[in-house]
Amino acid sequence: MSATAFSTGFGGIAGRDLEAELMQLRTVEDGVGEGAGTADAGWPSPKFERGDAAPGRSGQARASADGPLARDAPRSADHAVQLRGVGKQYGQRAVLTDVDLSIERGSFVAIVGRSGCGKSTLLRLVAGLEAPSAGVLEKRTQDGRPLDTRIMFQDARLLPWKSVLGNVMLGLGRGAREDARAVLAEVGLVERANDWPAQLSGGQRQRVALARALVHRPQLLLLDEPLGALDALTRIEMHALIERLWREHRFTALLVTHDVHEAVALGDRILLIEEGRIALDQPVPLARPRARASAGFAALEEYVLQRVLKRSQNDDALAHRANDVHQDERFVRPTEVRWAV
Amino acid sequence: MAQSSVNKGFARRLGGHLAPWIAPLVILLAWEFAARSGVLSTRVLPEPLAVVKAAWSLIQSGEMWSDVKVSTWRAVSGFAVGGGIGLALGLATGLFRPVEVALDSTVQMIRNIPALAMIPLVILWFGIEEEAKVFLVALGVFFPVYVNTFHGIRSVDANLVEMARSYGVKGFRLYWDVILPGALPSILVGVRFAFGLMWVTLIVAETISAQSGIGYMTMNAREFLQTDVVVVGILLYAALGKLADLLAKSLERVTLRWHPAYQRGAKA
Repeated sequence: MSATAFSTGFGGIAGRDLEAELMQLRTVEDGVGEGAGTADAGWPSPKFERGDAAPGRSGQARASADGPLARDAPRSADHAVQLRGVGKQYGQRAVLTDVDLSIERGSFVAIVGRSGCGKSTLLRLVAGLEAPSAGVLEKRTQDGRPLDTRIMFQDARLLPWKSVLGNVMLGLGRGAREDARAVLAEVGLVERANDWPAQLSGGQRQRVALARALVHRPQLLLLDEPLGALDALTRIEMHALIERLWREHRFTALLVTHDVHEAVALGDRILLIEEGRIALDQPVPLARPRARASAGFAALEEYVLQRVLKRSQNDDALAHRANDVHQDERFVRPTEVRWAV
Repeated sequence: MAQSSVNKGFARRLGGHLAPWIAPLVILLAWEFAARSGVLSTRVLPEPLAVVKAAWSLIQSGEMWSDVKVSTWRAVSGFAVGGGIGLALGLATGLFRPVEVALDSTVQMIRNIPALAMIPLVILWFGIEEEAKVFLVALGVFFPVYVNTFHGIRSVDANLVEMARSYGVKGFRLYWDVILPGALPSILVGVRFAFGLMWVTLIVAETISAQSGIGYMTMNAREFLQTDVVVVGILLYAALGKLADLLAKSLERVTLRWHPAYQRGAKA
């Protein structure tokens, strides 16, 4: 048998105070919970437009009529999330400094940047998983109530001891069973409802995680590199799925990714974060659904990619460190991004 | 064609079931042969047939049943007391930092005392009554359950806890839906260890001080050089230990159905 029974060195979260974390949770959840009552008011009933499953069929006409720019034009000044002078420090290390950012309601914003640039921290701040050390972060519905927010993580984080359906129903009562099944049908996994998460593939697990987020009818969906661990083909499928569900459910989406191609494919707007600051705020004027082979797409992707890579190539002060630390990354990244171009 | 392949599959499965028994069977035959030919004195080991006969007469006289009953009762009640306290304390120290600060280092200190080293004291406290045996078993069982429960709770994936919290799971439901199931594999490892220790402690306790039970039966037989009865007692412990292990295994199979290690095939 193993030695675990008598080992005294405990791994995992031994160093962390579980109870203190639980306390922190309650304060966060109370804020979110208030909004939950009114969450349904502004929501259209879920549509099951089978035609949308094939992005090619919806065509250009739909994209121009119902595109995000047209859709949001009447309330362009309406911001779901606002950050003013937000900073985050871990001990002496400043991860984010003086971030000003407004995110339009209903828009899809993609955040790109190198690893360790602070993009995930920004997302965790918006999610309320961590508190900013400086500045103000506001999340509001149109009538000024707290925004109902859900986050999707890089790893699906399904509870392995609950069935697929049980995972989707997490945090909801038994009455949510039908809702959960409906959302599972939307992500195409209703026939796997009674399987264990361990029996699913990586892409299927992320689809379950997406269903779990959507069943709460969030007004703001945060995506923390949710497709980072998936293969290229599954990613393209997931892009189409996420885009379709975003159109149907009309939530505000904030996607963190290291994949510039993904950012251009999904975002209305691309933010580049460099060393804890927003270095680029680039609108994406391409019509949806986006033709990945079009010249405009490629040009924008190339431009953003060059901006992401530029810093460590030109900056002499950082060159030494960058060569040592980021060498692998710099050479891997362009090829990693180019696969689908 | 199909018939023969079915038969072949059946034969292979049968072979798979029989193979583990070949080695014990060979040893048993060698033993019987050695005993009969006089190489092995009956004072060292009786022949297997004599053991079977002794077991049969013990069963017929009802002696075996009453001894097994007494021993099992001691084991189970000791396990219930020690395991219950271990689980409760492990949960408390795992979940609440102040409790851990107050208790854990004390428990870790006491853990290093072998339960059996307490026998002289236990005899002074309880004499050779039932309480002495139950106390020793409870003491032996307590530590593996405690340590593994504590460890299991502390090694619950912090990411899952964070996820559950951000999805509005809190309070009792957080413990029940996330933390306890996450700790369960480790807790069950502790239970399996505890089952093993339960019999070890009980055997020693019974052979040193008892007026009934399997240990008493074997020690009594030793006085009269009844090696066959001693062997019966040893085999009884082996069987009961195996039974406890099977119980632990089926407990794991039922409660850890979701675990990849307990699923066959069905990978999407």
